[in-house]
Amino acid sequence: MANTREIRRRIKSIKNTAQITKAMQMVAASKMRRAQVAALAGRPMAELLNKVLVSVKEHVEIDSHPLLAVRPVKKELVILISTDKGLCGALNTNLFRELSPFDIGTASFVCTGRKGVQFVTRTRRDLLGDFAIGDSPRFRDTRPIANLAMEKFLSGEVDKVSVAYTHFINTLTQKPTIRPLLPISPFDLERGFKTAHDNDAAPAPKNAERAPGFIFEPGPEEVLDFVLPQYVRFQVFQMLVDTRASEHSARMVAMKSATDNAKQIVKELTLEYNKVRQAGITTELLEITTAQLALN
Amino acid sequence: MSTFRLEIVTPEARTYSDDVEMVVLPGADGEMGILPMHAPLLSLLKPGELRLKKDGHEISLAIGDGFVEVGPDRVSVITDMAVEERLIDEAATEAAIARAQADLKARDLGGEEVASIEASIAKSIAQLNLKRKRRSH
Repeated sequence: MANTREIRRRIKSIKNTAQITKAMQMVAASKMRRAQVAALAGRPMAELLNKVLVSVKEHVEIDSHPLLAVRPVKKELVILISTDKGLCGALNTNLFRELSPFDIGTASFVCTGRKGVQFVTRTRRDLLGDFAIGDSPRFRDTRPIANLAMEKFLSGEVDKVSVAYTHFINTLTQKPTIRPLLPISPFDLERGFKTAHDNDAAPAPKNAERAPGFIFEPGPEEVLDFVLPQYVRFQVFQMLVDTRASEHSARMVAMKSATDNAKQIVKELTLEYNKVRQAGITTELLEITTAQLALN
Repeated sequence: MSTFRLEIVTPEARTYSDDVEMVVLPGADGEMGILPMHAPLLSLLKPGELRLKKDGHEISLAIGDGFVEVGPDRVSVITDMAVEERLIDEAATEAAIARAQADLKARDLGGEEVASIEASIAKSIAQLNLKRKRRSH
């Protein structure tokens, strides 16, 4: 049996760890609330963009737009949205597992999040770019990513762009997801956005709501040329916000179980400590009595 | 007085949503005013000043690139930036412009980055112009 001092030391160090994980849990919880609100905040934008696209579709032959061009896939681009920090359970590991179907030879990667960069370089995949984005992403932070993807797609360098991110379902569940971004599928445009909360998302705008005979200024093509890239940028933004919400939720849950485990260990060690202490006292008492008996 | 519903949304939030009497927008082809019962319209917007009139008061916002959808009883403005005039921080905006211009000079950037920096300068200038104009009144 270990001696008391050693057990005391272990209890102390585990208590310290528990304190840290508890603090991280609190921080993650407050960040999680903010991130979840942010993931929700994009919904009005999503609905409006969708409505406008549906209206434009009636006036312009949308399928011929270069951003919708379907080509045989020779090279593809994957935008990998991961986290900067670890300690969030299996979030990143699960996401990276989804990447195995992509052929190393034909797929290039653009990353945001340090964990993703590390993964891509470690597995010797082709890393095209790396964007550092803070904890509460702004729309303009994600613009360069979407712009880069569209540039590569339009120039014909890549024939398909997908995004790998973690879809936020609720605090306990996050789903690693691969979603095609380019070419934009007309089907997606009609169905509308899948945002973080698509279970209760508003239904697609009804026909009655749509007023016929829109005036387009400067013209329907120009409007489309603006709206489609904006749609792509917004999607990337939304997926990033989703990933952030997932990250903080996963971290909170991971830290909570770490804190619980630490407390359990402290409890077990305290029991052990008391046992050892009691045993020590008993032995001492025994020694004293024996000594006394011997003296008499 | 008749009103219509004005909504201003950015990717980050719904910035404004209320019944207003009139709105003046920086359209791609020049400034345009929208009153209730306007014909359905879809127009691009360029960075500039958006003025809205509600209960006789006028409120100004600086907005970025975007577009507007005018329906029978509602107007939706979709833009990547919308800042109310009283919230614009002049010093910070000036600093942002200076920084962006320095960036533009100092680094050898690709066309895409130049375009995005120029866009952000345009947005900052729109904010600044609005702020200065208000003060000179």
